[in-house]
Amino acid sequence: MRKWLVEPDFLVERDLDRCINCQVCVRQCANDVHYYDEEGELVASDSEHCVGCHRCATLCPTKAISIQEAPLQFRPNGNWTAERIRAVYKQAEGGGILLTAMGNDRPLPVLWDSLLLNASQVTNPSIDPLREPMELVTFLGRKPDRVKVSAAADGHVRLETQLGPQLRLQTPIMFSAMSYGSISYNASLSLARAAREAGTFANSGEGGLHRDFRPYADNMIVQVASGRFGVDVDYLNLAAAVEIKIGQGAKPGIGGHLPAEKVDAEISATRMIPERTDALSPAPHHDIYSIEDLRQLIFALKEATRYGKPVGVKISAVHNVAAIASGCVRAGADFVSIDGVRGGTGAAPTVIRDHVGIPIELALAAVDSRLREEGIRNQASIVAAGSFRSSGDVIKAIALGADAVYIGTAALVAMGCHLCQRCYTGKCNWGIATQDPTLTKRLNPDVGTRRLTNLLRGWSLEIKEMLGGMGINAIESLRGNREHLRGVGLGDRELNILGIKAAGE
Amino acid sequence: MKRIFAKEHLCIGCRLCEVHCLVQHSKSKRIITAMTREKSHITPRVRVQESGQVTFALQCRHCERPRCLEACMTGAITRDPKTGIILHDADKCVGCWMCLMSCPVGAIQRGREGHVASKCDLCQGLDVPACVENCPNEALVFEERSR
Repeated sequence: MRKWLVEPDFLVERDLDRCINCQVCVRQCANDVHYYDEEGELVASDSEHCVGCHRCATLCPTKAISIQEAPLQFRPNGNWTAERIRAVYKQAEGGGILLTAMGNDRPLPVLWDSLLLNASQVTNPSIDPLREPMELVTFLGRKPDRVKVSAAADGHVRLETQLGPQLRLQTPIMFSAMSYGSISYNASLSLARAAREAGTFANSGEGGLHRDFRPYADNMIVQVASGRFGVDVDYLNLAAAVEIKIGQGAKPGIGGHLPAEKVDAEISATRMIPERTDALSPAPHHDIYSIEDLRQLIFALKEATRYGKPVGVKISAVHNVAAIASGCVRAGADFVSIDGVRGGTGAAPTVIRDHVGIPIELALAAVDSRLREEGIRNQASIVAAGSFRSSGDVIKAIALGADAVYIGTAALVAMGCHLCQRCYTGKCNWGIATQDPTLTKRLNPDVGTRRLTNLLRGWSLEIKEMLGGMGINAIESLRGNREHLRGVGLGDRELNILGIKAAGE
Repeated sequence: MKRIFAKEHLCIGCRLCEVHCLVQHSKSKRIITAMTREKSHITPRVRVQESGQVTFALQCRHCERPRCLEACMTGAITRDPKTGIILHDADKCVGCWMCLMSCPVGAIQRGREGHVASKCDLCQGLDVPACVENCPNEALVFEERSR
């Protein structure tokens, strides 16, 4: 075989003054980068298969390992970057579609960074959340057009209007759909438990609900996707809400594929498919070719759950997202989840992940504006998704019109993910995106739950601080309140779509 | 008394417990010095057992009825009357290995310290033994459990 033209991505360096030959790195690397040289009685490394996940460097007790970008430099070229040249080499060698994972890693403008929040000064008092109550409770679901109340003789006020089913969130942050199969049992369990502890919701993804996660179903949203994996009436009725997955931000317009080798006995039972068979999610739902078809599925699910649970629709942010979201709401969705171009995945063709879709900031603003213009904004909640990296991003999304956000990548990072983008290999050294029993046990679900709960707590505290600074004591008062946002470095067109003023205005 | 318990379903087999045990029982207490210059004459008191995918860290169980203590002919193995910890005094040990043979779990080893046995002392002086403290996956716990 001729020489492989793709050079390693990383250079693993070992400080021999610090290395104690304990072989922790050797035992931790699923890619066989490190090995013990019996003759030389020392540990050595071969950078070729390093994915840059930092598992070895993190666990190395003497910090003897450093991982750098491979110093092998192509002649500088603004057009033909090293990444593009390497991609051509890989394809010339393999002839297939290049795969990747996690969210878009191209330097697309992140509009959150061009939005700035307001704060109170002199003319309106700010609020100290440590001294005064601050409300983050959020309700997701269809709200009535108007409410009717009646006052009894004793002055007791009663709500006459019957409200539709609502999800009650203690904080407007939920965990994105990540299926059991794409992530490990321990990772799924950590998400479910953390959702319960924090009073929010985790999303089962499209892979069904393992029997062990069913006790957490009150804090879970279940998905009905094009593959219909694990869907039966119990699955629908156990959950707090049902979400029809039409698309995913990382790969709009295409389906999914969980390779057969990951479909072990547990996953096969959960997905209700034969063991060791590929779990293929078709690109479209073959029974949904129109908004009318979507309406049929929404109401089929509402019937199956006796109108007791919110039924939502998740779509990718694509060019006509506002019109599509409007259609979803008119089709009966109680909430619409919108996943932006930077949303993550366990596996997607690189070209799709990197080039298809639009940023969540613009999509969210467009959808919120459209639904308001049409007078149907109250009929559905909006859940934004697609790379929320901090509480700052979250609060800006709320101000742009989101009722809540989904975090996926941030949740995985909280559990140890280092964004090496190799989920699709099944060799996740952090025990998250793998089904290999030697790797999955690396994520202690108690640790995972604790770290996720801490993340939600920290972000929630920060959101309260920012709200207080704005002089607002309830997240409800910020929702869609774009007056609290200003743009920097944005053109008129973007400002217009975002519906915000420029800083200084 | 508090004892160390292993959660084998969470043990990742990294053997950092062995490293930190050795460091804790070294003179320098500095990892690089201990693992290079001192390594040849210090024994890690904890050993990771491996069989296929199952791994767990094993150290002295500090039994209620210690067979090693009964078998020790020189009185090198004693029970601390206050804490209940089973201690081994290397100065009194003659290296007859009766403790090794009588230990039902195989937690005592021939030490590198000399012709003497070596066993876990639950890191006397530390609140939490070094192996438990440094387990990256919290697969070791130090707790009171009713038997």
